Amino acid sequence: MTMEHFLNEAISPWMREEGADNDIVLSSRIRLARNFANVTYPVLGKESELKKVHDFMKETYDKTSFQDYKNFHFINLKDLSEIQTQILVEKHLISPNLVRFPEAAVLISENEQVSIMVNEEDHLRIQLYLPGMKLADGLEEAFALDDWIEERIDYAFDEKFGYLTSCPTNVGTGMRASVMMHLPALVITKQLNRMIPAINQLGLVVRGIYGEGSESLGNIFQISNQITLGKSEKDIVLDLASVVNQLIEQERLARNYITEQLGVSLEDRVFRSYGILKNARIIESKEASKCISNVRLGIDLGIIKNTSKNILNELMILTQPGFLQHYAKRRLTPRERDVFRASLIRERLEMEK
Amino acid sequence: MRCQECEERQATVHFKQIINGEKKEFHLCEVCAQEKGYMQMPNQGSSLHDLLTGLFNFDSAPLGAQTASTQQLKELQCPSCQLTFSAFKEMGKFGCATCYETFSGRIDPIIRRVHAGNAKHAGKIPKRTGGSIQKKRQLEEYRAQLKKLISEEAFEDAAVLRDKIKALEKEGLDKREASEE
Repeated sequence: MTMEHFLNEAISPWMREEGADNDIVLSSRIRLARNFANVTYPVLGKESELKKVHDFMKETYDKTSFQDYKNFHFINLKDLSEIQTQILVEKHLISPNLVRFPEAAVLISENEQVSIMVNEEDHLRIQLYLPGMKLADGLEEAFALDDWIEERIDYAFDEKFGYLTSCPTNVGTGMRASVMMHLPALVITKQLNRMIPAINQLGLVVRGIYGEGSESLGNIFQISNQITLGKSEKDIVLDLASVVNQLIEQERLARNYITEQLGVSLEDRVFRSYGILKNARIIESKEASKCISNVRLGIDLGIIKNTSKNILNELMILTQPGFLQHYAKRRLTPRERDVFRASLIRERLEMEK
Repeated sequence: MRCQECEERQATVHFKQIINGEKKEFHLCEVCAQEKGYMQMPNQGSSLHDLLTGLFNFDSAPLGAQTASTQQLKELQCPSCQLTFSAFKEMGKFGCATCYETFSGRIDPIIRRVHAGNAKHAGKIPKRTGGSIQKKRQLEEYRAQLKKLISEEAFEDAAVLRDKIKALEKEGLDKREASEE
């Protein structure tokens, strides 16, 4: 397997699998922050020290497999072009921050469900993705993966503070559990903004699709835990799941409500967006996201038939700048991107026929 | 209504200011309000990082006392990664695992503030290296359960649990003896 494999497909193999409540929940993720006990953290570490971590991870885990996560592929960030790095960010396989650290690398499993960032803010950031609403399974599998890695590494751990991380906001479990949700009806009915403060009060955060500080694109939101200390991982995941399940329920109610109340004007909204995607010659990413969200809602509500649900996942990632330039095989100006984006979307929708 | 400052643009910022009981009304346009410093630039909102480092500045003691304590803090430095406490407060990140020990006396309030009052880990323990901690936590759990059972007068169950605790304690002792030999 080569790097090309990760770059050519916009959606990761696991995204094609069916998950629970996947009309609303796109994916679940568990991330664990871990550090080597006796090495300075990447924020302050000397390059020579961090290189040891880098080399150790490569020697120990490159081409290894664990359970369903086969053939880990070790990628040195230095070997990637700017566009290639951007693609891994767009696929959520690495964080935008990773590239800033010396000796940064990532291990990715063949099915792209697991990615282990090396020398990010912490020495290791272990991420596991699952399709749909599968937090409990995700936690169990992430624990197994963590134990497997721990067999060869002495983690920085303290009886009182738990897993020691660089940022005090991650200390304890080092875990960030998150769920990516498509909530168009809650946005249309303007209910979500009212719900966010209540969600925050429970120690959970609502963010845009590319994490901290990013705005919501195409009505996709990421809900995750803020607190990592004082509660067990299981309790954190249970709290998150209960909020997510309530959001799912509210979104379903709102979808029923708009179907009844808006009737033909909802259909109009969906088909207008469909029309734009099918015919536009120039489209900005913001407009594209909005239309893709409407079309996906139309598919979920049975307004648009014979089009696969995956189209939202796929087009959202496919139409990001990194991917566009990868497909175009050259750098594109913003204007060229908008043209190329429009033609890619048209092609992709043609394929559905 | 026209802006009372430039008398040109539409006034869109309206507010009252009360200084020493004297009330003043302002009707300004956005441009003038901006110039006079009455408005925050939209991008000036504090980032998460600013917010966090803000949280770390927990020494809200009176001014005089604070300078004394900051001086003291400055002298704290992690022997392993050389991070000083004031550098930590500025950066908002620890430099290594030893920092937690070095700054242990000072970071509890910070950690509590970030984690809704919690300062003690209650989650996973490393499987390979965390054996003794695991046992300790198990013992704590059993003892709490025992207390509860006794208060509920469920003495039979309590006796079973007491034996479990004894066995676990003995296991620990045996190991210690073995290692001492």
